[in-house]
Amino acid sequence: MNSGTLDTTHSGTPPGRNPAIELRGASKVFRTPSGAEHTAVRDLDLTVGRGEFVAVVGPTGCGKSTTLTLVSGLEEPTEGEVLIGGDPVTGIRPEVGFVFQQDAVFPWRTVLSNVMAGPRFRGVPKAEARERALDWLGRVGLAAFADRYPHQLSGGQRKRVALAQTFVGDPSILLMDEPFSALDVQTRALMSDELLELWGGGQPGGTAASVVFVTHDLEEAIALADKVVVMTAGPATVKEVFPVRLPRPRKVESIRLEAEFVEIYREIWSSLGEEVRITRERGADRVA
Amino acid sequence: MSHEPIPADSAVAPMAAPKRATGRTEARARAARHRKLLVLAARVLLLAVVLAAWELMARHKVIDPFNFSMPSKIWDQIVQWTAHGTAQGSLGEQIWYTLYEALFGWIIGVTGGVALGIALGRVRFLADVLGPYIKILNALPRIVLAPIFVIWFGLGPASKVASAVVLVFFPVFFNAFQGAREVDRNLVANARILGASNRRVTLQVVVPSATSWIFTSLHVSFGFALIGAIVGEYIGATKGIGLLVSASQGTFNSAGVYAAMVVLAVVALVAEGLLTFAERRLFRWKAVDPGAGG
Ligand SMILES: Nc1ncnc2c1ncn2[C@@H]1O[C@H](COP(=O)(O)OP(=O)(O)OP(=O)(O)O)[C@@H](O)[C@H]1O
Ligand SMILES: [Mg+2]
Repeated sequence: MNSGTLDTTHSGTPPGRNPAIELRGASKVFRTPSGAEHTAVRDLDLTVGRGEFVAVVGPTGCGKSTTLTLVSGLEEPTEGEVLIGGDPVTGIRPEVGFVFQQDAVFPWRTVLSNVMAGPRFRGVPKAEARERALDWLGRVGLAAFADRYPHQLSGGQRKRVALAQTFVGDPSILLMDEPFSALDVQTRALMSDELLELWGGGQPGGTAASVVFVTHDLEEAIALADKVVVMTAGPATVKEVFPVRLPRPRKVESIRLEAEFVEIYREIWSSLGEEVRITRERGADRVA
Repeated sequence: MSHEPIPADSAVAPMAAPKRATGRTEARARAARHRKLLVLAARVLLLAVVLAAWELMARHKVIDPFNFSMPSKIWDQIVQWTAHGTAQGSLGEQIWYTLYEALFGWIIGVTGGVALGIALGRVRFLADVLGPYIKILNALPRIVLAPIFVIWFGLGPASKVASAVVLVFFPVFFNAFQGAREVDRNLVANARILGASNRRVTLQVVVPSATSWIFTSLHVSFGFALIGAIVGEYIGATKGIGLLVSASQGTFNSAGVYAAMVVLAVVALVAEGLLTFAERRLFRWKAVDPGAGG
């Protein structure tokens, strides 16, 4: 319905410049241990403008995480193209930050050392890396936990370490795979607002990061994003794209109550609900 | 930019525990201490009973004292070695020789095993090429190499070091290999995204995550290193605990054989303790296993 007519009022790509991220007919086929082929992503087209915040929703197991690994350069598409700033992705790029769905902080490093890891890997001098890391630990509210080890933190605290670890690298392309799902409701709202502020999009002249944000929480998706992409049941491909024209700056808690929000929520939910139903029926078939 | 920092999680003081709970905690602690003492007492008692039975049976010729010796004679032998030295020199020197050979062989075996294990775990091609050969070598009963090493390297420490190396290498290698294979793929992906080169991924992700695997094998393998050194000495040497065993055996001194075994057990236990200590220091980042200790 809406795919194709992209909203460019407060984001998107000015003419003549390449979009931040572009997937063209991208497919990813995995070989399962039994030797069979499993298509996780099929013929996926997606464009993320510079400074645009895109939320991706879809049924579980449909291929959202796989899509992000294609953009990150960790995996290559079996078919099709993935472009960042117009260049084909051939490996890991320094401007890409990735917050993983699973816990990925280094258990043998302290919290501070975890956040310093990225800058240190990229050759930033120790003193500077330390300073930047401490700054970020303060922003995610973990300044007092700098010398703890990850096993001494709660799940939510560990997730915040992961966020700091990513943000400290100042990425201009930000891939986030359900980053807030381990957080409690209050921290989640705080982190969402914080994320919007860090992203800095929506204001004229801003040098905002381009964000792909995978979530299962539709409210979160609408509250944060410029457009919400609904994926089909696996193999993933884009089903529909819904522009979200709510004004910025937004506060995620208050925006949920607006009439426009509720309307778009209903619209996206009916589209997504169908795919979720298909996925569930398939699962039931497999069990039967 | 002024970001409102999220308030740091502040430690909340636990509510004052009611008196009764404190009493119960204390009772529990007392019970635990009590149990520990009981276990210790039972252990000592068991040892005393076994030693006393041995001594009595040997004295009353229920078992042949010539073959089985008796605890008092073994003790006398140890005292005599300590006070007057052995036929090959002081007891300390024998212990030192064996330890030196075992330690040297252990270090070489561990270094080689870890390096090759990590390399094969990381580089698929190497693993595919070398895998079958390593399996074949592992299937050999490597202890039979000890006499060959004595022929090759002579009666000095080199042949014992070589026996220790071949015994130590394989368990360490297999554990390092497994550890490198089982590295959490998310951690590797994260390190790569954060800009780590291949070398960095190996040194800063694969090696640390394989250390717990490697350490498991270190405990066992130090025992193997001692076995390698002792067997080498037993076959042919000028110094060492293994030589004490073979010399005692040669003079039909069974007490000497047992005494050498006791000395060896003490040495092994001390080494094990040192290793555990090192491990504790190295694994501060790990959650303490609630089942450990005690
Ligand atoms: N390395 C792999 N080998 C084989 N199959 C894989 C691999 N990674 C993912 N898959 C399969 O690809 C499909 C998509 O996985 P993906 O992780 O992208 O799902 P997702 O949309 O992120 O799901 P969720 O919302 O539950 O995180 C799944 O069916 C999964 O089983
Ligand atoms: Mg996922």
